[in-house]
Amino acid sequence: MYVAVKGGERAIESAHAWLAEERRGDTDIAELSIAQIREQMKLAVDRVMAEGSLYDPDLAALAIKQSRGDLIEAIFLIRAYRTTLPRFGASKPVETGAMACDRRISATFKDLPGGQVLGPTFDYTHRLLDFKLAADGEVPEAPTRETVPGDVPHVTDFLNREGLIEEAPQDDTPPPDLTREPLEMPADRALRLQALTRADEGFTLGLAYSTQRGYARNHAFVGELRIGAVAVEMDIPELGFAIEIGEMTLTECETVNQFKGSKTEPPQFTRGYGLVFGQSERKAISMALVDRALRWEELGEDNVGAPAQDTEFVLYHADNIQATGFLEHIKLPHYVDFQSELELVRKLRREAGADQVPEAAE
Amino acid sequence: MTDQAYNFAYLDEQTKRMIRRAILKGLAIPGYQVPFASREMPMPYGWGTGGVQVSAAVLTPDDTFKVIDQGADDTTNAVSIRSFFERTAGVETTTKTSEASVIQTRHRIPEEPLTEEQILVYQVPIPEPLRFLEPRESETRKMHSLEEYGLVHVKLYEDISRHGHIATSYAYPVKVEARYVMDPSPIPKFDNPKLGDMAAIQLFGAGREQRIYALPPYTQVVSLDFEDHPFEASKADHPCGLCNATESYLDEVIIDDQGGRMFVCSDTDYCAARQAAGHKGKDAA
Repeated sequence: MYVAVKGGERAIESAHAWLAEERRGDTDIAELSIAQIREQMKLAVDRVMAEGSLYDPDLAALAIKQSRGDLIEAIFLIRAYRTTLPRFGASKPVETGAMACDRRISATFKDLPGGQVLGPTFDYTHRLLDFKLAADGEVPEAPTRETVPGDVPHVTDFLNREGLIEEAPQDDTPPPDLTREPLEMPADRALRLQALTRADEGFTLGLAYSTQRGYARNHAFVGELRIGAVAVEMDIPELGFAIEIGEMTLTECETVNQFKGSKTEPPQFTRGYGLVFGQSERKAISMALVDRALRWEELGEDNVGAPAQDTEFVLYHADNIQATGFLEHIKLPHYVDFQSELELVRKLRREAGADQVPEAAE
Repeated sequence: MTDQAYNFAYLDEQTKRMIRRAILKGLAIPGYQVPFASREMPMPYGWGTGGVQVSAAVLTPDDTFKVIDQGADDTTNAVSIRSFFERTAGVETTTKTSEASVIQTRHRIPEEPLTEEQILVYQVPIPEPLRFLEPRESETRKMHSLEEYGLVHVKLYEDISRHGHIATSYAYPVKVEARYVMDPSPIPKFDNPKLGDMAAIQLFGAGREQRIYALPPYTQVVSLDFEDHPFEASKADHPCGLCNATESYLDEVIIDDQGGRMFVCSDTDYCAARQAAGHKGKDAA
């Protein structure tokens, strides 16, 4: 005998309680603190801040703890929180030329003003599991050196003096706001970059990789990659001038790309740009490659039909919160639609079966 | 119990105002998809965030709210959305269709006719009826503005030539006031005839796709068809096993592993009310 399923409310509550228990895991093991996550899972924290579009390491760490380490779930928590925050105003554009760099490398020049600074990178580590780390996490102190004071100029500025790279003229048009206006096409570069900086790292990486393998190849050199702290300044109307309200760590990547020239443009190098919250080189480089691929139209290049050239395709599918929500919603009940499909398929099959007899006689 | 940390019905007043403007525009141009700056909600995209934002924008403290998913009040996501508004708006909730002033729904229109005092809010996954014919938003918007709907008719015609029938059984496209082709959300085509000439206001919210559209009361809504292949609202050809209703949309329920099945009303409130009034189906206890 069928009894209509009741008690969804109790099932949900019990599921949540079980989830909380699973999140905590074995209570004989010490609980993770927010500070531990913030300090020791820093790159995860950075990713959550970048794709969550909210620079707050403590909240990002909390989100990671709450989501059991599912970073997309953590990003979702941050996004949902972010949207409830009041807006006091907008900062001035940050000056990445004045960045206090932890890392700054150029793949295009062997040496350059400001120097090559490797910084804390995995790049030349041998990827061997460090079993010592399983036993104890003590680390010897890293050597230090006095920093050379002064600005670290952007590499692309050197090329620009010779006119070898396209101009990137100052543009003071207020950028559109993806989080306050519906995303509509055509999207200008400011809007595209805004979407890309919060785009899913994996999706952006895949698209960037596809350009390297020939789907709209634009051969990119990493002109410069820099990671470090920048000051955030804001104009305070009551004061009449800007004050520093804090600092944040950013990763910036400028690529120098080949360009043969077009009917309207002489041969010169072109630019791709990536800027991401926190330390996230993979994302910043990927972003720069995808940015460059999406610029085909303004540079007068051919559209070869590659996914990374298709603004609508890229921007409408890059947001992992939208994507995961819609993907996972197919877990919800669909029995009404499924029932209507059942009826239709049964009807079509009935008729197909009836049609078979005369066909066989032919 | 209301959560004091958030504004009434969760969204801040500025956001609600922005959504109400989109709703008013939608009501002024029935069937037209109005872009709106959809917010991240504390539930996932694809789980009714469009409907939730529309409900949040229209709810007042005096409203009585009902939520159904697949016609039922007790499906998990309906329970979750109902408790969200109990918590953030403190409004009265009900499972009775006639007692609700705002009804949020996913995939069904209630069996009981709605009145001028009611608002029906639909959750919409893909608001664009042309999407699966043309994936580009820039193109489909152009097609709507030029009233270029030939492609839909070609698709329906191809169905007929291949299957002998129009092979669309839910989210069946409609034309509104002889102008816009509209997606009625994934309701079964059985529900399509209820869309037109309805006394209640019908609002459609698509959060992820950032679109709102609307049907004011008593709007002309026609399901697309051909003279020689007229639209046909269909349902399982059985009476409800619990309340014996013959005019309601039915869910098929598998009851054993021997091919046993029964058919029951998908609208749980309708079915319960009929059972309370003494109607009894063949499978009723």
